[in-house]
Amino acid sequence: MRGPVVDPVLRWGRTLGFALTLPVVLVTLWWVWSADSTNYYAPPLQTILTTFGDVWFSERLRADVLPSVTRLAIGYTGAVVLGVGLGVLLGANRTLRRVTEPVLEFFRAIPPPALIPILFLFAGIGDTAKVIVIVSGAVWPVLLNTVEGVRAVDDVLSDTSRSYGVTGLARLRHLVLPAASPQIVAGMRQALSISIILMVISEMFASTNGLGFSVIQFQRSFAIPEMWSGILLLGLLGFVLSLLFQLFERRSLRWYHGLRRSQRGEN
Amino acid sequence: MTQPLLDVAGVQKTYTGSGRTVEAVRDLTFSVGDGELVCIVGPSGAGKTTLLKCIAGLLEPTAGTVTLAGARVDGPPDAMAVVFQEYGRSLFPWMTVEGNVELPLKQKKLDKARRRELVRDALEAVGLADVHSAYPWQLSGGMQQRVAIARAVAYEPKVLLMDEPFAAVDAQTRADLEDLIRSLWHKLGVTILFVTHDIDESVYLGQRVLVLSSSPTVIMEDLAIDLPDERTQLETRSSPRFAELRGHVYEQIQLAKHRKGDQHQRDEVAPARSAHGATVAAEPGS
Ligand SMILES: Nc1ncnc2c1ncn2[C@@H]1O[C@H](COP(=O)(O)OP(=O)(O)OP(=O)(O)O)[C@@H](O)[C@H]1O
Ligand SMILES: [Mg+2]
Repeated sequence: MRGPVVDPVLRWGRTLGFALTLPVVLVTLWWVWSADSTNYYAPPLQTILTTFGDVWFSERLRADVLPSVTRLAIGYTGAVVLGVGLGVLLGANRTLRRVTEPVLEFFRAIPPPALIPILFLFAGIGDTAKVIVIVSGAVWPVLLNTVEGVRAVDDVLSDTSRSYGVTGLARLRHLVLPAASPQIVAGMRQALSISIILMVISEMFASTNGLGFSVIQFQRSFAIPEMWSGILLLGLLGFVLSLLFQLFERRSLRWYHGLRRSQRGEN
Repeated sequence: MTQPLLDVAGVQKTYTGSGRTVEAVRDLTFSVGDGELVCIVGPSGAGKTTLLKCIAGLLEPTAGTVTLAGARVDGPPDAMAVVFQEYGRSLFPWMTVEGNVELPLKQKKLDKARRRELVRDALEAVGLADVHSAYPWQLSGGMQQRVAIARAVAYEPKVLLMDEPFAAVDAQTRADLEDLIRSLWHKLGVTILFVTHDIDESVYLGQRVLVLSSSPTVIMEDLAIDLPDERTQLETRSSPRFAELRGHVYEQIQLAKHRKGDQHQRDEVAPARSAHGATVAAEPGS
């Protein structure tokens, strides 16, 4: 027990207060300091915000934001599906794991952006190539975490499942995947931020649309407030996605957090 | 004369792994009749869990066979349910109590109405009619073990295997759960094989008690428990016959701890040891 009991609304309000204080302070500072800025590269925040509306609530929403988000969604989903699928296979099969381990370690060690030039050579510079870039970078944390999670399935639970005829696909669905889900979700969280980074970078490399492309385009044409607004939008996108992810995590792993809490309470 | 439902013949199990071999079970032969309640008692490390896993088809014996209703066991049989010692690790923490009890029934392809009925009846039978939607980790240890028992009961097995199911719960809960097992046994007519290291528990619960030696393990004795069928914690446990039987098993266990299976033949003719204290357990220290 920590302190007196506070009613939930008040507590929620306080949490929100804590969470918002620093951002509000920072934005205010930025606003004040940049208000009289004559520096060409650091325009006043007010200018950036005005530009933000003009630039992004327009045709660009469809022409640039949508393609980026689509690539991100497909690439991320692909990485998760591939990572979990391969991870379950490798986690369940020791021989396969032993054979593939050194190769996997090597590929994982390559910084994903380094793959971009090669992938673009082979897959062209279209959407497919960008999706491949995202998948090839984001798949690793999901894959390796899934392998670990699947390997760590409890013996007793495993025996229990067998003796009650929970085998094959039912075993995968009711035992292996749920048991590995805390690790899988941790891998998915890392994969999400890697995906965003790779989405932006791949668009900066070679593209005809997208958020990364736009930011570079603005910078090259000295449209500085527009460039800032693009960066701001990317930050917001990442922030919103991470919030959504937290929501997903809290819902899907409610049992796990509850279990952990009860174990801590006992010991 | 009851027909043997479960037949264990010459079961031996040697674990081999990374340069080390452990002969956990040397040679076990016994049979269990339809509807019997048999307790297996033996010192820690005697291979009780190993034996139970062989019977449950979870482990392949190195030698010997297990036969259930005339068919050789070579994988988990449909007609068997197991309750493990580690209740905290044998319930699915991501499923509600109801989900845990229902899952095996889904695997049996029972229809929804029948499943619901079995789940409700089983949870009611173990005194947990009001926790259907709770998660296992929200329950006390004793309640969790009840859920595991309910799951086994709902499965409608012919044989129920229980591996030290009450080793980790407090004394009062334990007494309640022992009575629960006896009443379920009476009500369902199921065959129960109950493993424990607690001598009192084995005598209180069983119609028969099998005493195991230390590893490598053989059966030291197959003792019939001639206590009345109606048993109560207070009266049964304070009856003179209970004390005698308990004392007898205790002596066997003491012998079992010091003599290995290979000396078993000579031990059988050894004279009985001296008397012993009032409260008796196979492993007072563990
Ligand atoms: N998977 C395994 N690999 C190797 N040795 C094992 C394995 N499982 C058990 N053993 C060994 O076999 C012997 C019997 O173990 P088992 O768990 O069957 O005993 P037990 O009677 O159930 O003991 P307890 O009362 O402590 O539960 C022990 O010496 C143990 O170390
Ligand atoms: Mg054991």
